[in-house]
Parts: sequence; C-alpha cells; structure tokens
Amino acid sequence: MSIQDFIDSQVKSNDVVVFMKGTPQFPMCGFSGQVAQIFTLLGTDYKGINVLDSDEMRQGIKAYTNWPTIPQIFVKGEFVGGCDIVREMYQSGELQTLLEEKGIPVMGRASA
Amino acid sequence: MAMEASEIVALIKAGLPDSEVTMRDLAGDGNHWHATVVSESFRGKSRVQQHQMVYAAIGEPMGGVLHALALQTELPKP
Repeated sequence: MSIQDFIDSQVKSNDVVVFMKGTPQFPMCGFSGQVAQIFTLLGTDYKGINVLDSDEMRQGIKAYTNWPTIPQIFVKGEFVGGCDIVREMYQSGELQTLLEEKGIPVMGRASA
Repeated sequence: MAMEASEIVALIKAGLPDSEVTMRDLAGDGNHWHATVVSESFRGKSRVQQHQMVYAAIGEPMGGVLHALALQTELPKP
C-alpha cells in the first residue's frame, strides 16, 4: 500500500483523525499540543497519527492535503485545517457545531 | 535558521499585493511568529483556502525553515 493510500484509508475509516508531532498523550510540539487539548476539552475521541514515526508519513501528509505544516485535522474524511483554524473554530463554537452536525459526540453538547 | 519578520511580510505581500500583514513574535526568540493577514482577496474563500493562499505566497520556506507560523486571516473591516 502506498503512503497516500494508507493516509486515505485512515482519514476515511476514522471519524476524527489528527496527524501530529508526537502522540495525543505526549505531543512533541506546541501546535499539536493545542489541538490535543481542544479535543480533550471537548471529550471527543480522535485517532492521533505521529508523523515523527516516519519521514514518509511526514512528507506524505503534506502532499495529500497540499498543506505545509503539522498538525492537520480531518473530520469524517474532510480536511478541516491546521492548529490555527481549529483553535479559531473552537473559540467561536463552530468546531462543536461541525462535530455535532457530523454525528460525533461532544461532551456536554450531545443532542437529546 | 529563523526568518526575519520583514522577510515573511515581503513574501506574503508579493503574493497578495493588497494584504496588510501584522507580525507578532510569540516566544521572543525570532523563531515563533504570529501573522495576521488582512486581504480583500480572501472574500468568498474558506478558511483552509485562505490559509493556503498565504502558504502559497510564502512558498518553499513554509513548513521547512519557517515551521512555527501561527496564522490568522481576515477580511478588511468595512
């Protein structure tokens, strides 16, 4: 399987995927850490993929999205953006709304 | 291998000539920047597309030499 196919299958088979430096428990960069913290605050499960595990992954994800930086966040197969966009969306409440619209549980915001 | 704020601003303005760019040094080390980019050309574009326009303007250094650039894009205030 090529790296592009692998990324594609991860993005499509998980509700929320974060390509990050480090792991959800131990982010290795401030921007990845901010995204991990946001999803922890929301109580949203996500799959973290550590791009530091392989240079092929690190370059592959940048090519997949045509996006030059890490982290990168996907919701239901759709590229949402990087740390700045996700933080802005979280602060405005748009991220919570997006997750709910996609049927992904958000702590304290679950619809009845 | 940091980039000067003036270099970053020059690249963004070359790609987005109508833009106004404000730089803030996040860590005081000249290596972690926050850029606010205001441009009419962002109108009608998604956030992802707006950020991609800035990344495209910066070009090759983005994500390499310049790995720590927090970015905020805005439309001009009416």
